[in-house]
Amino acid sequence: MTGALLEMRQIEKEFPGVRALSGVDFTLNAGEIHSLMGENGAGKSTLVKVLTGVYQKDGGTIRMNGREIAPRTPKEAQECGISTVYQEVNLCPNLTVAENIFIGREPKRYGWIDWRAVNARAQALLERLDVRIDVTRTLDHYSVALQQMIAIARAVDIEAKILILDEPTSSLDEQETERLFKIIRHLQKEGMGIIFISHFLEQVYTLCDHVTILRNGELVGAYETARLPRLELIAKMVGKEVGDVRTMGEAGEKSEPKEEVFLEAKAIGATGVLETVDMKIHKGEVIGIAGLLGSGRTETAELLFGIHAIDRGSLFVKGKPWHPDGPMAAMRQKIGFCPEDRKAAGIIGDLTVRENIILAMQAKEGILRHIPYAEQARIADDCIKLLKIKVSGRDQLIKNLSGGNQQKVIIARWLATQPDLLILDEPTRGIDVGTKAEIQKMAIALAKKRGMSVVFISSEMDEMVRTCTKLIVLRDRRKVAELAGDAVSTDALMKAIAGGAA
Amino acid sequence: MKRYLNRLIASPYFSFFVTVLLFLALYGVGMAMYKGFMRPQVFFNLFIDNAALIIVTVGITFTLIIAGIDLSVGAVLALVCMVLAWLLENTGMPLPVAVGLVLFMGTAFGAVQGFIITKFDLQPFIITLAGMFFCRGLTAVISRDTIIITNPTWVAIASYRIDLGIGFLSVGAIVALLTIVVSAALLGFTRFGRTLFAIGGSESSAALMGLPVFRSKVLVYTVAGFCSSLGGLAYSLTMLTGYNLHGLGMEMDAIASSVIGGTLLTGGVGFIPGALVGVLIQGVILTFISFQGTLSAWWTKIVVGALLCVFIIMQAFITEQKGKLSSESSMEGNEAAGPPEKP
Repeated sequence: MTGALLEMRQIEKEFPGVRALSGVDFTLNAGEIHSLMGENGAGKSTLVKVLTGVYQKDGGTIRMNGREIAPRTPKEAQECGISTVYQEVNLCPNLTVAENIFIGREPKRYGWIDWRAVNARAQALLERLDVRIDVTRTLDHYSVALQQMIAIARAVDIEAKILILDEPTSSLDEQETERLFKIIRHLQKEGMGIIFISHFLEQVYTLCDHVTILRNGELVGAYETARLPRLELIAKMVGKEVGDVRTMGEAGEKSEPKEEVFLEAKAIGATGVLETVDMKIHKGEVIGIAGLLGSGRTETAELLFGIHAIDRGSLFVKGKPWHPDGPMAAMRQKIGFCPEDRKAAGIIGDLTVRENIILAMQAKEGILRHIPYAEQARIADDCIKLLKIKVSGRDQLIKNLSGGNQQKVIIARWLATQPDLLILDEPTRGIDVGTKAEIQKMAIALAKKRGMSVVFISSEMDEMVRTCTKLIVLRDRRKVAELAGDAVSTDALMKAIAGGAA
Repeated sequence: MKRYLNRLIASPYFSFFVTVLLFLALYGVGMAMYKGFMRPQVFFNLFIDNAALIIVTVGITFTLIIAGIDLSVGAVLALVCMVLAWLLENTGMPLPVAVGLVLFMGTAFGAVQGFIITKFDLQPFIITLAGMFFCRGLTAVISRDTIIITNPTWVAIASYRIDLGIGFLSVGAIVALLTIVVSAALLGFTRFGRTLFAIGGSESSAALMGLPVFRSKVLVYTVAGFCSSLGGLAYSLTMLTGYNLHGLGMEMDAIASSVIGGTLLTGGVGFIPGALVGVLIQGVILTFISFQGTLSAWWTKIVVGALLCVFIIMQAFITEQKGKLSSESSMEGNEAAGPPEKP
C-alpha cells in the first residue's frame, strides 16, 4: 500500500453551540469514486468545506499524498489540487463559457490576456469531456446541465487531483446525469480521486466504489458499496439496526378515514423541487409522508400549500380541480400548514400566546377586519384547553414557553382557522417524549373527532407508523411506495425507503 | 436573419450599438438642421467641454461593473479643484507637487472608501454618500468663496490647443481620451479587469473560483477615486477656479451616461466606449440647445431623463428576451453537445 491520496483524521469542527464534526475520519484513494452519505445536517457539507478551506477545522489532520495540508481558502485548496463543483453552479452567468473556465488563469501574451488562446483551449478542454458548444457565448445561454459540465471542465483544468462533486445531479434529468457519469468515470480512469455527494441512492450505487457514512457529525463507518445492502445503508444513516424496529411500541388507536376524498393529487411535480407524487387524502385520515431527509417530504407539503408553484400534474379539492396559487389560496381551501422550522417560520416570540394563535385567522380574514378581544380570548382559551398547552395565561409571551408548547401554539393557530386539512411538518422535532406522544394523539384525535384530514411528516419512523393510517413513501423526490392499513410497519417502511433491491 | 438578430439582441454590446446609432442619428439631425454642426470643431468640442465628465464616468463605470456605486465622485472633484486652487494661490508650492498631491488625495480617499465598504461588507451607496457629504463639506470649509487660479503655468496649460489640422483638442480632452483607452484595455485584457466582471456577475462564485475579491473591490474604489481627482484636474483646467459647488450632481450625470452606454446597475456588464458615447449624447443635446438659442439648458436634463428611462426599459426587455433565448439555445447546445453514442 503506497498510502492514500487523501487522509482526513479525527477532524473536529465546532460552531457556536453545535458540534458539527467530531472525530471524523475519511480516506480517499486515487482513481476511486467515493460517496459521502448522511442525512441533512449529518456533517457532509461541513466536512467538504473544511477540506476546501471554506471553514477552518478545529482539530485533526488532513494529509494529501502523505504530506500535511491546511488550506485556509478555496484558492489554497485549489493550489493543493482540490477542486469542487457545487450543487448550485458557481460560475458567472455574464461571462463567456471560455472565460468561466479560465478566469484567474488566463493565458497571456505580452502581459495582456490572449483571448484567442483562451477560446481555443476552452474548446479543446470541453471536447475532451465530449461537450461541443460555442465557448464564446455567455454562460447564461446554456442549460444548468451544461453549466455543470463547464464547472467540471474548470475544476479539471486546475490540475485537480481530487474532485469534489456536491449534489451535482440534483437539477439534472436522467440523460444529463448519464452524460455526467460518463465524464466522472473518464476522470476516474485518469487517476483522479472523486468525492461524490448525493441524496440519490441509485446514483451512489451505480457510480461509487466506496461510501463513508456520517450521522450527527460523527463517523458511522466506511464501506465497500458492493458489499453494503441498501437497507443496511439506510439503517446506518438514520441510526437504527435492521430488525431492531419491530420492538417499537405498537400502534394505539388510529383514526378511521371516511370514504370521502378531501384532496387528490395526480402526478404533481415542480421542476427542481419535486419529481412526481400522487396521493389521495380522505376525510378523517392521518396520512404520513415518509422518506429520508431531502427526499421531498417538505417539498410535497409546500406544493400542496402553494408555496411552490406546481408545474406538472393536477390537484383536486373535494373533486373539483384546483390550482394552488400561493398560501392564501390554500387557506381559502381550508388547508393549514405548520412548517418544519418553528423558530424561523412559525412563532413570533415577542407576541403573546393569544396573539400568536389569532395570527393565521387574522390573515385569513384580512388585516382590516378586527376580531373582538372577547372572541380572541375565547378562541385562545379553547385551544389552550383542547391542546393542553401549559401556560400561565393566554397573555404569556410565547418565547417563554417550552418547545413542545410553542409547537402546540402553532398547531392551535391553524386550528383556529378551522381547516379541513392540516399539514404538520416535523411537529415533534426537538421536543420531549411525553409531549411528542401528546401531539401524536392530538393528530389522531383531530382526525377522529372533527373529521379533519391530517398530513403528518416526521423523520421518526416508529412515530409515523404509530400515527398514520396510510404512508406515502418518497425517495429521490418521487413517490416510490404507498403503505396502507396493516402494511404500515417500520420494517415495510424501511424497505420501501431503501428500494426493492434490499 | 432572425437568428442573427436574436444573437445581436443577446449580445452584451447591444445597448452599445443602440447608443452609437442614437448618437449618430442625433448628430445627423443636427447637421441637417444647423450648418454650424458640420464643422469638425463642434465634434471636438464635445470632448473638450465634457473632459471631466468622461473621466468621472469611467471611474463610476468601474464601480457599477462590480454592482457597486460611487456617489462621492462629484464632491471629490470639487474638493480637488478647491485644494489645488488653494495650494496654488496661498502657498508657494510648485505646480507639479500640488497636482501630484491632489491626485494622491483623491485616490487615497477612494481607497479608504473601498476598504471600509469591503472590510465591513457595507452598502457602497451609503458609504460613498457619506464620502460625498464629507468632501463637499470640507470644500466649503476651505473656502466659501470662489478661488481664482492665477498660476501662469496652469493657465497656460488650460488655454493650450493641440492642433489636429481640422480642429483642436484641449489638454483635458487628451487626458480624457487616454483615460478611455487605458481603462478599456484594463477591463478587457487584464486579470484585474476580468475579475471585476466576475465579481459583478456573482461575487460568491468569484470567491469560490479563487479570485482575489477583496483586493479587487478595494482597487475599484481606488480607481474611482483616482478618476474623480483626474476629472477634478480636467475640471480645474476648464474653470480655473476652486468653488464649493463645482461638479454638483455630477455623479448622477456620470451614472446616467454609463447606463445609457450599456452598463447594468445590477453589475457584471459595462463597456467603456459605451460610457463615452453616453457622455457624448448628453453633449450633443446641449450643443443642440446652444445652436437653437432660445431653449433653456435644462432641457438637456429632461431629454437625458427620458433617455435614461427608455434605456432602462430596453435593458429589462433585453434581459427578458435573453431568458427566452437561453432556454432555446440551451436545447441547441444539448443537441450539439450530446451526440448519440454509437454502439
